[in-house]
Amino acid sequence: MRKCLVLLLFLGFLIPGATGLCEPRNEPLKMDLDFSLPAPEESAHRRYLGLETLDPFLLNQIQTKILIIEIFSMYCPICQREAADVNKMFELIQKNPNFKNQVRLIGIGAGNSAYEVNFFKETYQIEFPLFSDTKFVIHKKIGEVGTPYFIGLKPDKKQGLEIFYSQSGEIVDPEKFIEMLVKASGLKL
Amino acid sequence: MQKFVLWILVFSIVLPGTAMAAASAYGDKIFDAGGLGPIDSKLLVSVNQKAPDFTLPAVSGNPISLGQYKGKKNVLITFIPAAWTPVCSDQWPGYNIAKPLFEAHDTILLGISVDNLPTLFAWTHEMGSLWFDVLSDFWPHGQTAQTYGILRSNGTAERALILVDKQGIIRFIHVSDINIRPDLGMIMKALENLPR
Repeated sequence: MRKCLVLLLFLGFLIPGATGLCEPRNEPLKMDLDFSLPAPEESAHRRYLGLETLDPFLLNQIQTKILIIEIFSMYCPICQREAADVNKMFELIQKNPNFKNQVRLIGIGAGNSAYEVNFFKETYQIEFPLFSDTKFVIHKKIGEVGTPYFIGLKPDKKQGLEIFYSQSGEIVDPEKFIEMLVKASGLKL
Repeated sequence: MQKFVLWILVFSIVLPGTAMAAASAYGDKIFDAGGLGPIDSKLLVSVNQKAPDFTLPAVSGNPISLGQYKGKKNVLITFIPAAWTPVCSDQWPGYNIAKPLFEAHDTILLGISVDNLPTLFAWTHEMGSLWFDVLSDFWPHGQTAQTYGILRSNGTAERALILVDKQGIIRFIHVSDINIRPDLGMIMKALENLPR
């Protein structure tokens, strides 16, 4: 019993250290992705996600082979600084015929109200869909990660969605990042 | 011994779970104080009263008084509890990109913390270049926060917003739960309601 407690104690210190503000790159995590998002008001965004109604939707309803989620905050200096790079990544995806209809990008504003998300969108002229997570509900489900944080998902017949990639911090080079991400998915697009 | 180990185990698992979203911009420099009591002071000012004047040293160099903006600009005073903590470290960088929104309402910001100038210098430089002044209410410790009735019993300030119009009258007060960042939309609504 005592040995068991000591082991648990050791893990208790170790695990939070690995999920804090400085996660190592490409460390797929177990996250609770069972949450719904409101259908975007913009019809172009609904079309982009393959949504046919205005009903809230689950991530696995998005019509795509790869889904990239950026966890951001309007208040996060890095998110502000790299908004242009994330826009560039979106542009690269849209321009590449192999990626255009098979890779989707969305952003979730951790602790950001609808007003704040919209302000961020307008300030940086962001064209991909952004969602508000005002009360950190989604943020808690995915492990209270620091921002920005990127998650790569692909459909999985058994689990619904498989997390094949996650990264804390900047993408640095949009072109290399998207290439690396597609490679990490193991899919041939 | 077994009980002791159990207690440590509980703390080691529970405490990190209280972290709020903090930008990775600060790396591992942010101190997580955990969940704090929402409000721990008694407000001493109210809407429609004259805002108590103050003069405080600024990170930018010269002392700054609230009174110097009278007749010129509306002033949003933003008190934050402490430098290098999770919610505070995100709040002002957000206001930094919202400069055009404040300018549209002829409003400047004054950021105030009870931290000393060197601490505020180092902390705000991590945020990048702030367009508004950051003032230190360090000595006499928290005197301005005390005057407004937002000094907490542990010597930090509340997370509070005080909007003062060009006549020096308080038009809006929001003392937030210290653990929660106030919504930018709420601030903009307050600015829209300023007398013209």
